Amino acid sequence: MRIGLPRGLLYYKYHPYWETFLTEIGFEVVVSPPTTRKLLKEGLIHAESEICLPVKVFYGHVASLMEKVDAVFIPRMVSVEGKAYTCPKFLGLPDMIKAAFPNIRIFSPTINAKKGFKGYYRQLLLFARQFEASAFKAFSAIMAAEKNQKQYMAQLYKGIIPVKNNKIPSNGNPNIDSVKVGIAGHAYNIFDDYLSVGLIKKLTDRGASVVTPENVPQKTWNKYSSKLPKHLFWTYEKELIGASLYWIEERLIDGLIYVMSFACGPDSIVQYILEDEARKYNMPIMPLILDEHAGEAGIVTRVEAFLDMLRKKVYA
Amino acid sequence: MKLTFPHMGNVSILIEDLFGRLEIEYITPPKTSLRTVRLGVRYAPELACYPLKVTLGNFIEGFESGADAGIMVGGVGPCRFGYYAETQRRILNQIGYKVPMFILEPPLAHPLKFYRTFKKVAPKKTLRDLYRTIKVSWKKARYIEMIEKQVLQNRCYEKVKGSTTKARKKAINLLESAFLEKEIENAYQEATEIISSVPKEEFDAPKIGIVGEFFDLLEPFVNFDCEETLGNMGFYVEKSVYLTDWLSPGGKNLIAGHSADEVARAAKPYLSHFVGGDGRPTIGHTILYAKHNFDGVIQLMPFTCMPELIAKSILPKISKDLDIPILTLVFDEQTGKAGIQTRLEAFADLVTARRKKGFKPRREIIDWLDNKDQDLVEV
Ligand code: SF4
Ligand code: SF4
Repeated sequence: MRIGLPRGLLYYKYHPYWETFLTEIGFEVVVSPPTTRKLLKEGLIHAESEICLPVKVFYGHVASLMEKVDAVFIPRMVSVEGKAYTCPKFLGLPDMIKAAFPNIRIFSPTINAKKGFKGYYRQLLLFARQFEASAFKAFSAIMAAEKNQKQYMAQLYKGIIPVKNNKIPSNGNPNIDSVKVGIAGHAYNIFDDYLSVGLIKKLTDRGASVVTPENVPQKTWNKYSSKLPKHLFWTYEKELIGASLYWIEERLIDGLIYVMSFACGPDSIVQYILEDEARKYNMPIMPLILDEHAGEAGIVTRVEAFLDMLRKKVYA
Repeated sequence: MKLTFPHMGNVSILIEDLFGRLEIEYITPPKTSLRTVRLGVRYAPELACYPLKVTLGNFIEGFESGADAGIMVGGVGPCRFGYYAETQRRILNQIGYKVPMFILEPPLAHPLKFYRTFKKVAPKKTLRDLYRTIKVSWKKARYIEMIEKQVLQNRCYEKVKGSTTKARKKAINLLESAFLEKEIENAYQEATEIISSVPKEEFDAPKIGIVGEFFDLLEPFVNFDCEETLGNMGFYVEKSVYLTDWLSPGGKNLIAGHSADEVARAAKPYLSHFVGGDGRPTIGHTILYAKHNFDGVIQLMPFTCMPELIAKSILPKISKDLDIPILTLVFDEQTGKAGIQTRLEAFADLVTARRKKGFKPRREIIDWLDNKDQDLVEV
């Protein structure tokens, strides 16, 4: 059976896991192509016009898989750690896609770590068992998936940045003396070259070195995000703010670019919290808001101005 | 210490009643106005959802009127609302109101925090007092909302335009000033009488159900009182959100008519998981209105509201499957009354025309729904 993986949203975080898991239990996995203008347009036709950009693009990725696969894999990611949720949109995503594409089969195990083993491994095991995988096969599929995910993350923690839509890792620090920029943003925005208008490359081409929240181990971001007087209840925002505070407090960066999608719920709040926290460190923060109208030229001008400003500050 | 709090429809009546009984000093901020909105918009993050901005404006106006502490409910997600209070605390601090903000976390999730906050604002009272007081205040709040419901159901039949709105004012005032339990009971009897004795003209009014986000449904300033507008256009109106229903979703005899479980079950074929806020109730109530042969459903939501956007992504499918017209109205600081009015009129025409064509609710759709307790999404 051919199963489709849309290259969007949490795919950018968990692709080693999902690809390995599905392949091991016997599916032929088809990943949608990297985002293009055409794909986004397709997404705009099917998605709600007010919703955030990465979700719109996700619709496009699903549409591009429609003819090629027997079913699409969209797990319902409710919670990936006991204490927090993901984003509400991930809770409703499978149903939203189903409403827009009634003819597609959607496989959607519910992952809810708030329920412990029952909400996590058990769901995956049950899912695998439905497709006649033996208990042993299901179990080893999970083990292999975890292993691959761990290896991938270990690479990230070494400072490697997944460019070219997540496939070919390259080193994000070509020049040690250059200005250091932290990019606070969701993986599905900053690693999708099309959505972020090639932001990472634009920075490195201009001699900046770049870090992203994906490069910061969970232990570290957890520690820094736990310093907030009221804990955030969104895991990926905790990661984002924890990583940023780590860079800022430890003086690991010269400036921060906060990349968010227009109409992003969590970020509309978290951006303010971060700015409020960073005030006392006097850290330059540039917000970059992505939507389908973002123009290449505008972003280049802003990025260049920001880098100039940082250079003046660093070398003054 | 004088506490201030944000407005949301009738919530101020409930809070004033509760604080009065608990001998907590408070200052009610001026009613939400354009000025409130402007203040909120000036200081809130630009892309935050509208209720955060409006309630921030309430706090500022409350402090301007002399309050020196604020109280707000917290939450544990997954929607932004749970982080409102903390964000507002930071903003208020930043713009110079360095006053304590009491954040009431849900008592079950944070029993200790809840108790501490309670002890700070009402040091002389015990939990037992709180329980007793809430029981009485609760009764009052429920009766007020029952009157609100009656008003929505009656307005379209009134003989003289505006008479129901006048009667409503009288009825609510009556309940507001009642204190003892007995008085509240009596006031309620009298209040229902006042509403039902408004002279009526019987006709077969088309029915509209209103669903959507909590704050937008409860605060008439924000939704330009579209319930009243619809009533005046000759529609029998029901709405899915009431404060007391929300506070006790499992209770019997809910004002909107269905328990949270029933609503979730109704939503299941189209949305099988909670998504925070009122996303799932919006879907569930829409389906229930369709089942009850309503002629149309209107969804109210703040711009960029996540749960409602999830619902809005699914509603077109429901509208098609169940053959029921659905209109979504989006509100924020840029929304104008005229635009809303035009869209309501267009929707009213659509619904009326559909009725004239002799639309009959299709039995087979409802049967199909009843038998469809399975998810569309395969697990
Ligand atoms: S976190 Fe923001 S960008 Fe991501 S899905 Fe949620 S709303 Fe959209
Ligand atoms: S339900 Fe909507 S308006 Fe309310 S906090 Fe959530 S996103 Fe904001």
